[in-house]
Amino acid sequence: MIISWLANPDRFSKVFAPVRPWVAGLSLILFAWGLYLCFASPEDYQQGDTVRIMYIHVPAAWMALFTYLVMGVASFFGLIFRHALADAAAKAAAPIGAVFTALALITGSLWGKPMWGTWWEWDGRMTSVLVLFLFYIGYIALHASIEDEQRAAKSTAILALIGLINLPIIKFSVDWWNTLHQGASVFRPDGPTVAPAMLWPLLVMALAYKALFVWLWLIRIDTEILSRKYNGLRARLGFREGGA
Amino acid sequence: MTPPSPSLALLKRDLGLSLARGGGPVLAAGFYLTLMAMVPLSLGPEAQTLSKIAPGLTWLCLALASLLSLERLFERDYEDGVFDLLRTGPLALEWVAFLKCLAQWLGTGLILSLMTPVVMILLGAPVGVAGWALVAALIGSFSFALIGGAGASLTLGSRKGGVLIALLVLPFYVPPVIFGAGLMQAFVTGAPVFQALSLLSAYGLFALALGPIAMGAALRSALN
Repeated sequence: MIISWLANPDRFSKVFAPVRPWVAGLSLILFAWGLYLCFASPEDYQQGDTVRIMYIHVPAAWMALFTYLVMGVASFFGLIFRHALADAAAKAAAPIGAVFTALALITGSLWGKPMWGTWWEWDGRMTSVLVLFLFYIGYIALHASIEDEQRAAKSTAILALIGLINLPIIKFSVDWWNTLHQGASVFRPDGPTVAPAMLWPLLVMALAYKALFVWLWLIRIDTEILSRKYNGLRARLGFREGGA
Repeated sequence: MTPPSPSLALLKRDLGLSLARGGGPVLAAGFYLTLMAMVPLSLGPEAQTLSKIAPGLTWLCLALASLLSLERLFERDYEDGVFDLLRTGPLALEWVAFLKCLAQWLGTGLILSLMTPVVMILLGAPVGVAGWALVAALIGSFSFALIGGAGASLTLGSRKGGVLIALLVLPFYVPPVIFGAGLMQAFVTGAPVFQALSLLSAYGLFALALGPIAMGAALRSALN
């Protein structure tokens, strides 16, 4: 099995170290191309120039969910098969996901001001993304607060799995809440079909984000492996963890 | 006389602890009432405003008051080794955790639920709402206790308990708060309450099914 072969942290580092610059290059090229397309694409007849925020915003929102999914799957493998690498992968993904989520919220807010006339609208979608962001923060805080690395990995993995099951429920309940309160002025961006001239920059940007995620993720996993090795060495040499 | 069953003995012990623990129900009830007293003080005493937000606010305060004693739900037994003892006993850890949550709920959640309709009416909600308010608060606070227990078990042995538990648990309180407050809203506006009630109950059952499993796993990890 290729996965179990790669699950050895050393082998993982060795195999993916040469891959990283390629992913980095790919991400940069895609970003350059995508950003060019963003500005070369026509204005929206309704949104004007503001539509360009969407090319930053929508892929960020996609990545916010995708990263959570990655975290959940990694946590599942970490919890069931006790792969140290899966634990590292889940931990490494969390801050990246939090930043994507924050980016989605901020750009959404910037877009909302000219379009809806308000920085923040308590509609279902924004509220559930906000909850997702809080969830990332909770995950990171829990990991940081438990000193023992293995226990931290286990507790956060359980949390991630509870979250994986719960997030659709939260999303559903927030949608239900929103219909109950009849969101006032919300105009739904998924109403009109997307014109091909706007689909292209969106797709390229989505791929650029994904490559960026993989790049950052690989770096963070590698750092995690190294820091564990370092801590292990220190412990074996008789240093107290964290102390001098 | 036959010896009491282990489950019953544990429940009795924990109920005693939860009633005694840091003032137990008195503390939670006092906190709840203080929060509610702050509401007119901060928003003004106009009956119209208050009666409009009363159902939602009582749910918010119920959720916050349910957080209060979570920190010590497992902490003490974890620190003084009671859990190590319980683990060698005849009861599964999942069941132990459930019983502890149940005792915790009987000690605080139940009393908060009984207060909910009273407080709601004090804030100007119609008197007819009392029955549904009580039913909803009972189901809601029970799911709060179970989800809260899962959060508390995850933070065992971490360096910061209380605030961290609140941060972890509150996102999961979103559905019951929405459904519970929605039920009240539906009642006040004359819409059928059945939909909100069944959603709230469904989440309660979901917490009942998932909570003990999560707590068992977290406790096992903490005890190793």
